[in-house]
Amino acid sequence: MSPEPAGIVVVGASLAGLRGAEALRRGGYAGPLTLVGAEPHRPYDRPPLSKHVLAGALEAGATRLPELAALGAVWRLGHAAIALDRVARAIRLADGTTLAYDKLLVTTGAEARPWPAETGGGLSGIHTLRGRDDAASLRSALVAGPRRVLIVGGGLIGCEAASCLRDLGLSVTLVDPNPTPLAKSLGTHVGAVIAACLRESGAAFRPGTSVQTFEGDDAGRVVRARLADGSAIETDLVIAALGATRATGWLAGAGLMADAGGVTCDAACRARAADGTACPDIYVAGDVARWPIRLYGGRLVSVEHWGNAVEQAAHAARNMLAGPDDQRAYEHLPAFWSNQFGINIKLVGLTAGAESVAVVQGSRASRRFLAVYGRAGRSIAALSFDEARWLPAYTEAILSGGAFPPITDATDQPRIETASPGFPPPRAGAPAARRPEVAHV
Amino acid sequence: MKPIGGPGALRVVVDLNRCQGYAQCCYAAPDAFVLRGHEILFYDPTPPAGQRGAIERAVQACPVRAIRLQAGADDGDAP
Repeated sequence: MSPEPAGIVVVGASLAGLRGAEALRRGGYAGPLTLVGAEPHRPYDRPPLSKHVLAGALEAGATRLPELAALGAVWRLGHAAIALDRVARAIRLADGTTLAYDKLLVTTGAEARPWPAETGGGLSGIHTLRGRDDAASLRSALVAGPRRVLIVGGGLIGCEAASCLRDLGLSVTLVDPNPTPLAKSLGTHVGAVIAACLRESGAAFRPGTSVQTFEGDDAGRVVRARLADGSAIETDLVIAALGATRATGWLAGAGLMADAGGVTCDAACRARAADGTACPDIYVAGDVARWPIRLYGGRLVSVEHWGNAVEQAAHAARNMLAGPDDQRAYEHLPAFWSNQFGINIKLVGLTAGAESVAVVQGSRASRRFLAVYGRAGRSIAALSFDEARWLPAYTEAILSGGAFPPITDATDQPRIETASPGFPPPRAGAPAARRPEVAHV
Repeated sequence: MKPIGGPGALRVVVDLNRCQGYAQCCYAAPDAFVLRGHEILFYDPTPPAGQRGAIERAVQACPVRAIRLQAGADDGDAP
Protein backbone atom coordinates (compact mmCIF):
# COMPACT_ATOMS: atom_id res chain seq x y z
CA MET A 1 0.00 0.00 0.00
CA SER A 2 1.12 3.51 -0.75
CA PRO A 3 2.15 5.66 2.21
CA GLU A 4 0.04 8.46 0.70
CA PRO A 5 -3.55 8.65 2.00
CA ALA A 6 -5.85 6.83 -0.39
CA GLY A 7 -8.48 9.50 0.06
CA ILE A 8 -12.10 9.38 -1.01
CA VAL A 9 -13.25 7.32 -3.97
CA VAL A 10 -16.66 8.00 -5.53
CA VAL A 11 -17.94 5.02 -7.50
CA GLY A 12 -20.50 6.19 -10.03
CA ALA A 13 -19.89 9.34 -12.07
CA SER A 14 -23.40 10.53 -12.75
CA LEU A 15 -25.48 13.23 -11.06
CA ALA A 16 -25.15 11.86 -7.50
CA GLY A 17 -21.43 11.17 -7.85
CA LEU A 18 -20.75 14.62 -9.21
CA ARG A 19 -22.83 16.48 -6.64
CA GLY A 20 -21.32 14.34 -3.88
CA ALA A 21 -17.80 15.17 -5.03
CA GLU A 22 -18.65 18.87 -5.18
CA ALA A 23 -20.07 18.74 -1.67
CA LEU A 24 -16.91 17.09 -0.38
CA ARG A 25 -14.79 19.93 -1.76
CA ARG A 26 -17.23 22.58 -0.55
CA GLY A 27 -17.16 20.92 2.84
CA GLY A 28 -13.43 21.50 3.05
CA TYR A 29 -12.10 18.12 1.99
CA ALA A 30 -8.69 18.73 0.43
CA GLY A 31 -7.35 15.18 0.12
CA PRO A 32 -7.20 12.89 -2.91
CA LEU A 33 -10.53 12.46 -4.71
CA THR A 34 -11.20 9.93 -7.44
CA LEU A 35 -14.38 9.50 -9.49
CA VAL A 36 -14.97 6.14 -11.12
CA GLY A 37 -17.50 5.82 -13.94
CA ALA A 38 -18.55 2.83 -16.03
CA GLU A 39 -19.29 5.06 -19.00
CA PRO A 40 -16.61 7.05 -20.85
CA HIS A 41 -18.58 10.29 -20.36
CA ARG A 42 -18.24 13.02 -17.80
CA PRO A 43 -21.43 13.31 -15.71
CA TYR A 44 -24.46 14.16 -17.82
CA ASP A 45 -28.11 14.93 -17.16
CA ARG A 46 -30.57 12.12 -17.82
CA PRO A 47 -34.00 13.78 -17.87
CA PRO A 48 -33.52 15.38 -21.34
CA LEU A 49 -32.60 12.02 -22.88
CA SER A 50 -36.16 10.70 -23.01
CA LYS A 51 -37.51 14.09 -24.09
CA HIS A 52 -35.45 16.61 -26.05
CA VAL A 53 -32.78 14.18 -27.23
CA LEU A 54 -35.33 11.72 -28.64
CA ALA A 55 -37.21 14.63 -30.17
CA GLY A 56 -34.02 15.80 -31.89
CA ALA A 57 -33.95 19.20 -30.15
CA LEU A 58 -30.70 18.36 -28.33
CA GLU A 59 -27.75 16.14 -29.12
CA ALA A 60 -27.09 13.47 -26.52
CA GLY A 61 -23.67 15.02 -25.86
CA ALA A 62 -25.25 18.38 -24.98
CA THR A 63 -26.50 16.98 -21.68
CA ARG A 64 -23.16 17.17 -19.90
CA LEU A 65 -23.72 18.60 -16.42
CA PRO A 66 -22.16 21.80 -15.16
CA GLU A 67 -19.46 21.19 -12.58
CA LEU A 68 -20.21 23.58 -9.75
CA ALA A 69 -17.01 23.38 -7.71
CA ALA A 70 -13.34 22.96 -8.51
CA LEU A 71 -13.04 19.22 -8.01
CA GLY A 72 -9.32 18.64 -8.40
CA ALA A 73 -10.32 15.04 -8.97
CA VAL A 74 -8.83 12.11 -10.79
CA TRP A 75 -11.41 10.75 -13.23
CA ARG A 76 -11.41 7.02 -13.97
CA LEU A 77 -14.04 6.86 -16.68
CA GLY A 78 -14.94 3.97 -18.96
CA HIS A 79 -13.96 1.25 -16.50
CA ALA A 80 -16.68 0.04 -14.18
CA ALA A 81 -15.96 -1.01 -10.62
CA ILE A 82 -16.35 -4.78 -10.51
CA ALA A 83 -15.57 -5.71 -6.90
CA LEU A 84 -15.27 -4.27 -3.42
CA ASP A 85 -12.91 -5.59 -0.73
CA ARG A 86 -14.00 -3.93 2.51
CA VAL A 87 -11.19 -5.45 4.55
CA ALA A 88 -8.44 -4.22 2.22
CA ARG A 89 -10.41 -1.00 1.62
CA ALA A 90 -10.00 -1.30 -2.11
CA ILE A 91 -12.13 -1.61 -5.23
CA ARG A 92 -11.22 -3.41 -8.42
CA LEU A 93 -11.99 -1.92 -11.83
CA ALA A 94 -12.85 -3.69 -15.06
CA ASP A 95 -9.43 -2.86 -16.50
CA GLY A 96 -7.80 -4.92 -13.74
CA THR A 97 -6.52 -2.02 -11.65
CA THR A 98 -7.11 -1.70 -7.93
CA LEU A 99 -7.99 1.54 -6.19
CA ALA A 100 -7.52 1.93 -2.46
CA TYR A 101 -9.83 4.20 -0.46
CA ASP A 102 -10.10 5.63 3.00
CA LYS A 103 -13.78 6.39 2.46
CA LEU A 104 -16.06 5.27 -0.33
CA LEU A 105 -19.17 6.93 -1.75
CA VAL A 106 -21.32 4.51 -3.74
CA THR A 107 -23.39 6.26 -6.41
CA THR A 108 -23.60 3.59 -9.10
CA GLY A 109 -27.24 4.31 -9.83
CA ALA A 110 -29.50 1.94 -11.70
CA GLU A 111 -29.61 0.04 -14.97
CA ALA A 112 -32.44 -0.37 -17.45
CA ARG A 113 -34.13 -3.71 -17.05
CA PRO A 114 -33.38 -5.46 -20.35
CA TRP A 115 -35.85 -7.55 -22.33
CA PRO A 116 -35.09 -11.20 -21.39
CA ALA A 117 -32.85 -13.03 -23.89
CA GLU A 118 -35.01 -16.16 -23.85
CA THR A 119 -37.99 -14.28 -25.30
CA GLY A 120 -36.19 -12.31 -27.98
CA GLY A 121 -33.99 -9.92 -26.04
CA GLY A 122 -31.00 -10.52 -28.32
CA LEU A 123 -32.76 -9.28 -31.46
CA SER A 124 -31.56 -6.06 -33.00
CA GLY A 125 -34.06 -3.24 -32.99
CA ILE A 126 -34.93 -3.69 -29.30
CA HIS A 127 -33.77 -0.68 -27.31
CA THR A 128 -33.68 0.39 -23.70
CA LEU A 129 -33.40 4.03 -22.66
CA ARG A 130 -31.31 4.90 -19.65
CA GLY A 131 -27.94 6.34 -20.63
CA ARG A 132 -26.61 8.87 -23.08
CA ASP A 133 -25.45 6.21 -25.54
CA ASP A 134 -28.87 4.51 -25.38
CA ALA A 135 -30.51 7.79 -26.30
CA ALA A 136 -28.10 8.46 -29.17
CA SER A 137 -28.61 4.96 -30.55
CA LEU A 138 -32.39 5.19 -30.26
CA ARG A 139 -32.41 8.62 -31.86
CA SER A 140 -30.45 7.23 -34.86
CA ALA A 141 -32.98 4.43 -35.18
CA LEU A 142 -35.85 6.94 -35.12
CA VAL A 143 -34.23 9.07 -37.81
CA ALA A 144 -33.96 5.98 -40.01
CA GLY A 145 -37.78 5.99 -40.18
CA PRO A 146 -39.16 2.90 -38.49
CA ARG A 147 -42.54 1.73 -39.82
CA ARG A 148 -44.03 0.94 -36.43
CA VAL A 149 -42.57 1.49 -33.00
CA LEU A 150 -43.70 -0.65 -30.10
CA ILE A 151 -43.17 0.70 -26.59
CA VAL A 152 -43.38 -1.89 -23.84
CA GLY A 153 -44.26 -0.32 -20.50
CA GLY A 154 -46.36 2.74 -19.70
CA GLY A 155 -44.22 4.24 -16.96
CA LEU A 156 -42.69 7.70 -17.18
CA ILE A 157 -40.04 6.73 -19.73
CA GLY A 158 -42.50 4.83 -21.91
CA CYS A 159 -44.98 7.71 -21.88
CA GLU A 160 -42.35 10.39 -22.51
CA ALA A 161 -41.02 8.36 -25.43
CA ALA A 162 -44.53 7.84 -26.82
CA SER A 163 -45.19 11.57 -26.62
CA CYS A 164 -41.92 12.43 -28.44
CA LEU A 165 -42.41 9.81 -31.11
CA ARG A 166 -45.92 10.99 -31.89
CA ASP A 167 -44.56 14.53 -32.19
CA LEU A 168 -42.14 13.10 -34.76
CA GLY A 169 -45.08 11.59 -36.64
CA LEU A 170 -44.04 7.99 -36.05
CA SER A 171 -46.50 5.14 -35.72
CA VAL A 172 -46.54 4.14 -32.04
CA THR A 173 -48.16 1.36 -30.05
CA LEU A 174 -47.80 1.26 -26.27
CA VAL A 175 -48.48 -1.97 -24.39
CA ASP A 176 -48.91 -2.02 -20.62
CA PRO A 177 -50.40 -4.68 -18.34
CA ASN A 178 -52.38 -2.12 -16.33
CA PRO A 179 -55.62 -0.38 -17.34
CA THR A 180 -53.86 2.99 -17.81
CA PRO A 181 -50.31 4.32 -18.14
CA LEU A 182 -48.51 5.53 -15.00
CA ALA A 183 -50.73 3.23 -12.94
CA LYS A 184 -47.99 2.16 -10.54
CA SER A 185 -46.72 5.65 -9.77
CA LEU A 186 -49.92 7.74 -9.96
CA GLY A 187 -52.81 5.24 -10.04
CA THR A 188 -55.41 4.69 -12.76
CA HIS A 189 -57.67 7.56 -11.61
CA VAL A 190 -55.03 10.01 -12.82
CA GLY A 191 -53.50 7.62 -15.34
CA ALA A 192 -56.76 7.78 -17.30
CA VAL A 193 -55.84 11.36 -18.25
CA ILE A 194 -52.60 10.16 -19.84
CA ALA A 195 -54.42 7.26 -21.52
CA ALA A 196 -56.67 9.86 -23.17
CA CYS A 197 -53.67 11.99 -24.18
CA LEU A 198 -51.96 8.94 -25.63
CA ARG A 199 -54.96 8.00 -27.75
CA GLU A 200 -55.63 11.59 -28.78
CA SER A 201 -52.03 11.87 -29.95
CA GLY A 202 -52.69 9.06 -32.40
CA ALA A 203 -50.79 6.35 -30.56
CA ALA A 204 -52.38 2.94 -30.17
CA PHE A 205 -52.70 2.11 -26.49
CA ARG A 206 -53.04 -1.57 -25.61
CA PRO A 207 -53.77 -1.82 -21.88
CA GLY A 208 -54.31 -4.97 -19.90
CA THR A 209 -51.98 -7.17 -21.87
CA SER A 210 -48.29 -7.80 -22.21
CA VAL A 211 -45.70 -8.91 -24.73
CA GLN A 212 -44.84 -12.57 -24.31
CA THR A 213 -42.10 -12.84 -26.90
CA PHE A 214 -40.45 -11.04 -29.79
CA GLU A 215 -39.80 -12.74 -33.11
CA GLY A 216 -37.06 -11.82 -35.54
CA ASP A 217 -36.22 -12.29 -39.21
CA ASP A 218 -33.29 -14.27 -40.60
CA ALA A 219 -30.98 -11.32 -40.01
CA GLY A 220 -31.88 -11.27 -36.33
CA ARG A 221 -33.96 -8.09 -36.55
CA VAL A 222 -37.16 -7.81 -34.54
CA VAL A 223 -40.27 -8.05 -36.74
CA ARG A 224 -43.14 -9.00 -34.46
CA ALA A 225 -44.38 -9.10 -30.89
CA ARG A 226 -46.63 -11.89 -29.63
CA LEU A 227 -48.98 -10.70 -26.90
CA ALA A 228 -50.53 -12.51 -23.96
CA ASP A 229 -54.02 -11.97 -25.40
CA GLY A 230 -53.07 -14.05 -28.44
CA SER A 231 -52.65 -11.14 -30.83
CA ALA A 232 -49.51 -10.06 -32.64
CA ILE A 233 -48.07 -6.65 -33.47
CA GLU A 234 -45.76 -6.14 -36.44
CA THR A 235 -42.92 -3.86 -35.37
CA ASP A 236 -39.43 -2.95 -36.50
CA LEU A 237 -38.38 -0.90 -33.48
CA VAL A 238 -39.05 -1.69 -29.83
CA ILE A 239 -38.45 0.42 -26.76
CA ALA A 240 -38.38 -1.79 -23.67
CA ALA A 241 -39.34 0.64 -20.89
CA LEU A 242 -39.50 -1.88 -18.08
CA GLY A 243 -38.04 0.12 -15.25
CA ALA A 244 -34.63 -0.21 -13.69
CA THR A 245 -32.69 -2.38 -11.31
CA ARG A 246 -30.05 -0.97 -9.01
CA ALA A 247 -26.46 -1.29 -10.17
CA THR A 248 -25.22 -3.46 -7.32
CA GLY A 249 -23.83 -6.48 -9.21
CA TRP A 250 -20.30 -5.33 -8.45
CA LEU A 251 -21.03 -5.57 -4.72
CA ALA A 252 -21.84 -9.29 -4.80
CA GLY A 253 -19.54 -10.89 -2.28
CA ALA A 254 -18.73 -7.61 -0.56
CA GLY A 255 -20.74 -8.54 2.52
CA LEU A 256 -23.17 -5.64 2.24
CA MET A 257 -26.97 -5.65 2.28
CA ALA A 258 -27.12 -5.18 -1.47
CA ASP A 259 -29.33 -6.63 -4.18
CA ALA A 260 -31.17 -5.52 -7.31
CA GLY A 261 -33.35 -3.32 -5.09
CA GLY A 262 -30.41 -1.26 -3.84
CA VAL A 263 -27.78 -1.02 -1.14
CA THR A 264 -29.44 -0.72 2.25
CA CYS A 265 -28.10 2.14 4.30
CA ASP A 266 -28.88 3.69 7.65
CA ALA A 267 -30.43 7.11 8.17
CA ALA A 268 -26.96 8.68 7.92
CA CYS A 269 -26.45 7.12 4.42
CA ARG A 270 -23.90 4.57 5.68
CA ALA A 271 -24.02 1.20 3.92
CA ARG A 272 -25.19 -1.65 6.11
CA ALA A 273 -23.05 -4.77 6.26
CA ALA A 274 -24.80 -8.13 5.90
CA ASP A 275 -25.01 -8.34 9.71
CA GLY A 276 -26.83 -5.01 9.82
CA THR A 277 -24.06 -2.85 11.24
CA ALA A 278 -23.39 0.46 9.52
CA CYS A 279 -20.01 0.69 7.76
CA PRO A 280 -18.27 3.85 8.99
CA ASP A 281 -16.30 4.23 5.74
CA ILE A 282 -18.89 3.38 3.04
CA TYR A 283 -21.69 5.79 2.15
CA VAL A 284 -24.44 5.42 -0.45
CA ALA A 285 -26.50 8.01 -2.33
CA GLY A 286 -28.86 8.42 -5.25
CA ASP A 287 -30.81 5.77 -7.16
CA VAL A 288 -28.74 2.92 -5.74
CA ALA A 289 -29.43 3.78 -2.10
CA ARG A 290 -32.21 2.06 -0.14
CA TRP A 291 -32.77 4.22 2.88
CA PRO A 292 -35.22 4.66 5.74
CA ILE A 293 -37.58 7.56 5.09
CA ARG A 294 -38.71 9.07 8.36
CA LEU A 295 -41.63 10.95 6.85
CA TYR A 296 -43.20 7.64 5.81
CA GLY A 297 -42.67 5.66 8.98
CA GLY A 298 -39.02 4.84 8.44
CA ARG A 299 -39.70 2.25 5.77
CA LEU A 300 -36.91 1.50 3.31
CA VAL A 301 -37.27 3.14 -0.09
CA SER A 302 -35.10 3.74 -3.09
CA VAL A 303 -36.18 6.56 -5.35
CA GLU A 304 -34.91 7.15 -8.85
CA HIS A 305 -35.34 10.89 -8.69
CA TRP A 306 -33.08 13.69 -9.83
CA GLY A 307 -33.70 15.66 -6.64
CA ASN A 308 -32.81 12.76 -4.37
CA ALA A 309 -29.53 12.19 -6.22
CA VAL A 310 -28.57 15.81 -5.61
CA GLU A 311 -29.67 16.08 -1.98
CA GLN A 312 -28.67 12.65 -0.74
CA ALA A 313 -25.20 12.89 -2.29
CA ALA A 314 -24.62 16.23 -0.60
CA HIS A 315 -25.89 14.83 2.69
CA ALA A 316 -23.72 11.72 2.47
CA ALA A 317 -20.71 13.91 1.68
CA ARG A 318 -21.43 16.04 4.72
CA ASN A 319 -21.54 12.97 6.96
CA MET A 320 -18.37 11.55 5.37
CA LEU A 321 -16.51 14.62 6.60
CA ALA A 322 -18.15 14.66 10.04
CA GLY A 323 -17.08 12.68 13.09
CA PRO A 324 -18.82 9.48 14.24
CA ASP A 325 -20.76 11.45 16.87
CA ASP A 326 -22.02 13.97 14.34
CA GLN A 327 -23.76 11.74 11.81
CA ARG A 328 -27.01 13.45 10.81
CA ALA A 329 -30.07 11.67 9.49
CA TYR A 330 -31.07 12.30 5.89
CA GLU A 331 -34.45 14.06 5.73
CA HIS A 332 -35.93 14.23 2.27
CA LEU A 333 -39.30 14.69 0.65
CA PRO A 334 -39.21 12.83 -2.67
CA ALA A 335 -40.27 14.75 -5.77
CA PHE A 336 -40.12 14.27 -9.51
CA TRP A 337 -41.26 15.85 -12.73
CA SER A 338 -42.10 14.64 -16.21
CA ASN A 339 -43.09 16.38 -19.42
CA GLN A 340 -45.36 14.54 -21.83
CA PHE A 341 -48.16 15.39 -24.24
CA GLY A 342 -47.50 19.06 -23.57
CA ILE A 343 -48.24 18.67 -19.84
CA ASN A 344 -45.85 19.42 -17.01
CA ILE A 345 -46.34 16.69 -14.41
CA LYS A 346 -44.89 17.18 -10.93
CA LEU A 347 -45.24 15.03 -7.87
CA VAL A 348 -44.12 15.63 -4.29
CA GLY A 349 -44.24 12.88 -1.71
CA LEU A 350 -44.70 9.14 -2.14
CA THR A 351 -48.04 7.85 -3.40
CA ALA A 352 -47.38 4.25 -2.32
CA GLY A 353 -50.07 3.09 0.07
CA ALA A 354 -52.49 5.92 -0.69
CA GLU A 355 -56.12 4.93 -0.15
CA SER A 356 -57.70 8.00 -1.70
CA VAL A 357 -57.02 10.76 -4.15
CA ALA A 358 -58.83 14.10 -4.37
CA VAL A 359 -58.67 16.70 -7.11
CA VAL A 360 -58.52 19.98 -5.19
CA GLN A 361 -57.83 22.50 -7.97
CA GLY A 362 -58.94 22.31 -11.60
CA SER A 363 -60.22 19.11 -13.11
CA ARG A 364 -59.02 15.98 -14.80
CA ALA A 365 -61.17 16.86 -17.82
CA SER A 366 -59.24 20.09 -18.34
CA ARG A 367 -55.92 18.25 -17.88
CA ARG A 368 -54.92 21.05 -15.51
CA PHE A 369 -55.31 20.13 -11.89
CA LEU A 370 -53.80 19.55 -8.53
CA ALA A 371 -54.53 16.25 -6.79
CA VAL A 372 -53.73 15.16 -3.25
CA TYR A 373 -53.21 11.56 -2.19
CA GLY A 374 -54.32 10.51 1.28
CA ARG A 375 -53.82 7.70 3.70
CA ALA A 376 -55.34 7.28 7.14
CA GLY A 377 -56.66 10.83 7.16
CA ARG A 378 -53.32 12.42 6.23
CA SER A 379 -52.11 13.99 3.01
CA ILE A 380 -49.11 11.99 1.79
CA ALA A 381 -48.45 13.23 -1.74
CA ALA A 382 -49.52 15.99 -4.12
CA LEU A 383 -49.60 15.87 -7.89
CA SER A 384 -49.71 18.74 -10.34
CA PHE A 385 -50.69 18.65 -13.99
CA ASP A 386 -49.73 22.14 -15.21
CA GLU A 387 -50.51 23.71 -11.80
CA ALA A 388 -46.99 23.75 -10.36
CA ARG A 389 -47.46 26.98 -8.43
CA TRP A 390 -49.95 25.31 -6.11
CA LEU A 391 -47.51 22.61 -5.10
CA PRO A 392 -45.48 24.42 -2.41
CA ALA A 393 -48.57 24.93 -0.25
CA TYR A 394 -49.36 21.23 -0.38
CA THR A 395 -45.73 20.31 0.19
CA GLU A 396 -45.99 22.02 3.58
CA ALA A 397 -49.11 20.00 4.37
CA ILE A 398 -47.36 16.74 3.49
CA LEU A 399 -44.33 17.57 5.61
CA SER A 400 -46.51 18.43 8.59
CA GLY A 401 -48.91 15.48 8.25
CA GLY A 402 -51.80 17.68 7.18
CA ALA A 403 -55.35 16.37 7.09
CA PHE A 404 -56.84 14.51 4.15
CA PRO A 405 -59.02 15.53 2.46
CA PRO A 406 -57.44 18.99 2.62
CA ILE A 407 -59.56 21.75 4.11
CA THR A 408 -62.12 23.02 1.64
CA ASP A 409 -61.30 26.71 2.13
CA ALA A 410 -57.91 26.19 0.49
CA THR A 411 -59.26 24.74 -2.73
CA ASP A 412 -61.41 25.89 -5.63
CA GLN A 413 -63.78 22.93 -5.29
CA PRO A 414 -67.17 23.50 -3.65
CA ARG A 415 -67.01 19.97 -2.34
CA ILE A 416 -63.97 17.75 -2.41
CA GLU A 417 -64.71 14.36 -3.85
CA THR A 418 -62.36 11.56 -3.08
CA ALA A 419 -61.77 8.52 -5.26
CA SER A 420 -59.74 5.37 -5.14
CA PRO A 421 -56.33 6.08 -6.69
CA GLY A 422 -56.50 2.78 -8.55
CA PHE A 423 -53.09 1.34 -7.92
CA PRO A 424 -52.70 -2.06 -9.55
CA PRO A 425 -52.21 -5.04 -7.24
CA PRO A 426 -48.63 -6.37 -7.12
CA ARG A 427 -48.06 -8.68 -10.04
CA ALA A 428 -47.78 -12.36 -9.23
CA GLY A 429 -44.32 -13.77 -9.60
CA ALA A 430 -42.53 -10.48 -9.14
CA PRO A 431 -39.83 -11.11 -6.56
CA ALA A 432 -39.75 -8.38 -3.94
CA ALA A 433 -36.07 -7.68 -4.42
CA ARG A 434 -36.62 -6.91 -8.08
CA ARG A 435 -39.63 -4.74 -7.36
CA PRO A 436 -38.44 -1.86 -5.22
CA GLU A 437 -41.25 -0.39 -3.22
CA VAL A 438 -40.90 2.88 -5.04
CA ALA A 439 -39.73 2.90 -8.63
CA HIS A 440 -40.54 6.02 -10.54
CA VAL A 441 -38.59 5.65 -13.70
CA MET B 1 -30.69 20.24 -34.22
CA LYS B 2 -28.55 22.81 -32.52
CA PRO B 3 -24.80 22.09 -32.50
CA ILE B 4 -23.20 21.60 -29.10
CA GLY B 5 -21.65 24.58 -27.45
CA GLY B 6 -18.74 25.81 -29.47
CA PRO B 7 -15.48 27.05 -27.94
CA GLY B 8 -15.93 28.16 -24.34
CA ALA B 9 -19.54 26.95 -24.29
CA LEU B 10 -21.40 27.41 -21.06
CA ARG B 11 -23.14 24.62 -19.22
CA VAL B 12 -26.55 25.09 -17.67
CA VAL B 13 -28.84 22.86 -15.65
CA VAL B 14 -32.21 23.76 -14.17
CA ASP B 15 -33.69 22.05 -11.12
CA LEU B 16 -37.11 21.39 -12.59
CA ASN B 17 -38.45 20.29 -9.21
CA ARG B 18 -37.91 23.86 -8.05
CA CYS B 19 -38.99 25.54 -11.28
CA GLN B 20 -42.52 26.92 -11.03
CA GLY B 21 -42.75 28.39 -14.49
CA TYR B 22 -42.39 32.07 -13.59
CA ALA B 23 -40.59 32.43 -16.95
CA GLN B 24 -38.26 35.18 -15.74
CA CYS B 25 -35.37 33.29 -17.39
CA CYS B 26 -37.24 33.42 -20.70
CA TYR B 27 -37.24 37.24 -20.52
CA ALA B 28 -33.62 37.48 -19.35
CA ALA B 29 -32.18 35.00 -21.86
CA PRO B 30 -34.77 34.30 -24.55
CA ASP B 31 -32.27 32.43 -26.74
CA ALA B 32 -31.60 29.88 -24.01
CA PHE B 33 -34.93 29.47 -22.17
CA VAL B 34 -38.36 28.89 -23.69
CA LEU B 35 -41.65 28.04 -22.05
CA ARG B 36 -43.70 25.47 -23.95
CA GLY B 37 -47.34 24.81 -23.21
CA HIS B 38 -48.48 26.20 -19.87
CA GLU B 39 -45.32 25.58 -17.89
CA ILE B 40 -42.83 23.24 -19.54
CA LEU B 41 -39.41 24.87 -19.49
CA PHE B 42 -37.14 23.95 -22.39
CA TYR B 43 -33.60 25.23 -22.10
CA ASP B 44 -30.31 25.01 -23.91
CA PRO B 45 -27.86 23.17 -21.64
CA THR B 46 -24.85 24.32 -23.71
CA PRO B 47 -25.41 27.94 -24.72
CA PRO B 48 -22.58 29.71 -26.58
CA ALA B 49 -20.12 31.79 -24.55
CA GLY B 50 -21.59 35.02 -25.95
CA GLN B 51 -24.77 34.44 -23.95
CA ARG B 52 -23.00 34.48 -20.62
CA GLY B 53 -24.35 37.87 -19.54
CA ALA B 54 -27.91 36.94 -20.41
CA ILE B 55 -27.68 33.59 -18.64
CA GLU B 56 -26.22 35.21 -15.54
CA ARG B 57 -29.17 37.61 -15.53
CA ALA B 58 -31.51 34.61 -15.81
CA VAL B 59 -29.79 32.94 -12.85
CA GLN B 60 -30.35 36.09 -10.79
CA ALA B 61 -33.90 36.65 -12.03
CA CYS B 62 -35.18 33.19 -11.14
CA PRO B 63 -37.52 33.62 -8.14
CA VAL B 64 -36.88 30.06 -6.96
CA ARG B 65 -33.14 30.00 -7.76
CA ALA B 66 -33.42 26.89 -9.89
CA ILE B 67 -30.73 27.66 -12.51
CA ARG B 68 -27.11 26.57 -12.20
CA LEU B 69 -24.39 27.76 -14.58
CA GLN B 70 -20.79 26.72 -15.18
CA ALA B 71 -18.95 29.35 -17.17
CA GLY B 72 -15.33 28.41 -16.46
CA ALA B 73 -13.23 25.55 -17.72
CA ASP B 74 -13.31 22.09 -16.18
CA ASP B 75 -10.54 20.86 -14.00
CA GLY B 76 -9.42 17.33 -13.45
CA ASP B 77 -7.15 15.39 -15.74
CA ALA B 78 -9.37 13.38 -18.05
CA PRO B 79 -11.01 13.14 -20.45
